[in-house]
Amino acid sequence: MNLGERFPQTVIPDQRPGYSGWIVAPEALPDVARMLRDEENYRYLSSITGVDYLPEGKFEVVYHFFQPSGGPALVVKTRIARDDPALPSLTPVFPGAEFQEREIWDLFGIRFIGHPDPRRILLWEGFSGHPLRKDWREPLYEEDAKPFASRWPAGNAGGKSDDGYVRPPEGTSPDGWESQDNRVLYAALESAPQARSGALQTERLTLNLGPQHPSTHGVFRIAALLDGENVVDLKPVMGYLHRCHEKIGERNTFLANIPFTDRLDYLTSLSNNFGYVLAVEKLMGIQPPERANYLRVILAELTRIVSHLWSIGFLLNDLGAFFTPALYAIEERELVLDIFEAVTGSRMMCNFFRFGGLARDVPDDILERIRGLIEERLPRKVDELDSYLTENEILKERCIGVGMLSAEQAVAYSAAGPVLRASGVPYDVRKAEPYSVYDRLDWEVACRDGGDVYDRYRIRLDEIRQSIRIVRQALHDLPGGEILASKPQYQVRVPPGEAYGRVEGPKGELGFYVVSNGAPNPWRYHVRAPSFINLTSMAEMCRGQKVADVVAVLGSIDIILGETDR
Amino acid sequence: MFGFGIFNGLGLTLKHLSESYWDDLRWWGRRYFHPEGIGHRSSKDTRGIFTIQYPEEKLPMPEAFRVIPFLVYAEGEEGVRKLRCTACGICAKVCPPQCIWITRSADPSTGKPIPAPSEFFIDTDLCMNCGLCAEYCPFDAIKMDREYELASRTRVGNIYNLEKLLRPEAYHAAIHPLAFERERSARAAKNARRTDGG
Repeated sequence: MNLGERFPQTVIPDQRPGYSGWIVAPEALPDVARMLRDEENYRYLSSITGVDYLPEGKFEVVYHFFQPSGGPALVVKTRIARDDPALPSLTPVFPGAEFQEREIWDLFGIRFIGHPDPRRILLWEGFSGHPLRKDWREPLYEEDAKPFASRWPAGNAGGKSDDGYVRPPEGTSPDGWESQDNRVLYAALESAPQARSGALQTERLTLNLGPQHPSTHGVFRIAALLDGENVVDLKPVMGYLHRCHEKIGERNTFLANIPFTDRLDYLTSLSNNFGYVLAVEKLMGIQPPERANYLRVILAELTRIVSHLWSIGFLLNDLGAFFTPALYAIEERELVLDIFEAVTGSRMMCNFFRFGGLARDVPDDILERIRGLIEERLPRKVDELDSYLTENEILKERCIGVGMLSAEQAVAYSAAGPVLRASGVPYDVRKAEPYSVYDRLDWEVACRDGGDVYDRYRIRLDEIRQSIRIVRQALHDLPGGEILASKPQYQVRVPPGEAYGRVEGPKGELGFYVVSNGAPNPWRYHVRAPSFINLTSMAEMCRGQKVADVVAVLGSIDIILGETDR
Repeated sequence: MFGFGIFNGLGLTLKHLSESYWDDLRWWGRRYFHPEGIGHRSSKDTRGIFTIQYPEEKLPMPEAFRVIPFLVYAEGEEGVRKLRCTACGICAKVCPPQCIWITRSADPSTGKPIPAPSEFFIDTDLCMNCGLCAEYCPFDAIKMDREYELASRTRVGNIYNLEKLLRPEAYHAAIHPLAFERERSARAAKNARRTDGG
């Protein structure tokens, strides 16, 4: 659609070489967004990314809009000067923008006017500076780009003093400093309107679940405002596992980033590799050979089975079935992880995908092992899980009707993956914008329309069954041939431009926005993390539920902190 | 029927229990601590509980398994060790956490660089076990080792120097049989082409 014609004064096409999309003037942004949402069915705002173009003195914020019926992205950008950057917030139009705009404030320092809760999200509130800016250097800074010239370069950004201790930044001091973050957090929470609950005047309690908690799937904290046992409002607090993966990504060469992507969603390392490799292959304009494509699909679907088995097991764990279903599910997972170890060399940090194909070929005996598991063992075990869990009375009592998310809310909150599909929106990146060989295989998008925890559990079982179906076909159709488009190269030439490569990871749409300026290192590397964005809808899902339901809802969203915090 | 979920669940755990003990009987004494038993318990036909009783039993590692790198040398006559490494530095450039640093040797008389390392350090505390160094070495000089029982009491001992990184070709052939065979035939083919063409 021609956005430049609809808004002639404020929108121009992006004509930089290697770029696409539309550049919108900042003041016109909410109107353009509203028009896209209401008139053109671009209701799904999937990803918001900030980019620092230091040489031009500008910040750029990139928005990727999608239609829930499928199709490619509509990319909209807006550029602002680097001094005192401010933009109108899109959160009133698209509620799913809330966390992503907070992240851009946190890491870039761009203010979003009209944002309901403009606080830092990944870093602690006393943090000095905005790390993803190109002129921000961390205390133990070595050099701007790898490979480093020597292991102990002479320069460092003044963080390390002569006696070897890391000093706090200039002008700050830990003495006498008081943490404000909890006060601001609790004030934001407690401003929720008080409902009159009968004649009894009750006080509301602010409760922290986590960050040390056995059921929060990692170091994750929820600040909940409770009226007795009912949740009035809640705010997820994350960032306890933040490693600034995106800044590390800017320093790494394109190839060296692949092992780092393993560590995002550390249970599904092959899916992460897949998304990143797709993004860079788009930039390079290369396609992997057929055999590599089929093997990628087989490994990605095995990863989906692995992740969903873990997720189902730990949902049951959160509900109180202490570890029996979890370990039965994890036992089956062990056999698939042994296959990953034989193919890639590691159970978890697989690092197997390369630009243009795979690192190594998969020998026939391992394909036989995969076939044996897929044909004989896994379907039987999934049916077994289904048989004793799905009709279980306690599971049904605790999960049906809990954590409801309607289809409109799911799209508005940018939910992705099983959370979106369990609410009745049949959106799967593998069908909406097919990549690799998914469009040649015969499979269905799992979709349920209850939108509660029970449907999110059942949809994961459905997806495991569809994955088994896909792997069976891919093994059957697997051609011979090369697994890499050209000779293995450790220095890849990536032309300047931008690319957004996305895959349907087990947790949702995992997208990688990569900007290259022709150098061996990316200029900007952003991860659209499904776990992070799915949490935006958590407050909506938990309002009015009991505390115990909060844990069940969190288990059904299935987050993983490596991805949430990056 | 409402209330039967508990029988369903208990029946399943009873099935797993009986399968484990029935398998114990079928394999009479060879299910644990024997290679065939371990192999059966890692395959798709395993029944019941198939936990590997580490450290008394250890799973055999596949050939691709990667932990810390090592440098390969060929043993010449009189125990002279000929390193394959030429100190080209590609592994140091490609290493994602930048944990390898190499110094090239120089000829003591002319001062010209010779293709061998005089110093080769890997900080194994930083090593991500990604295997990119082994994958992109043009001389098949650095390969991934499989030792994973590496707990130590000091941090300094985790920076491996050249001496600690060296392993003979026989070790490389023992732990990577298929890769060794592929390298050997590739080198033979290249030599045959060179003698034919030259």
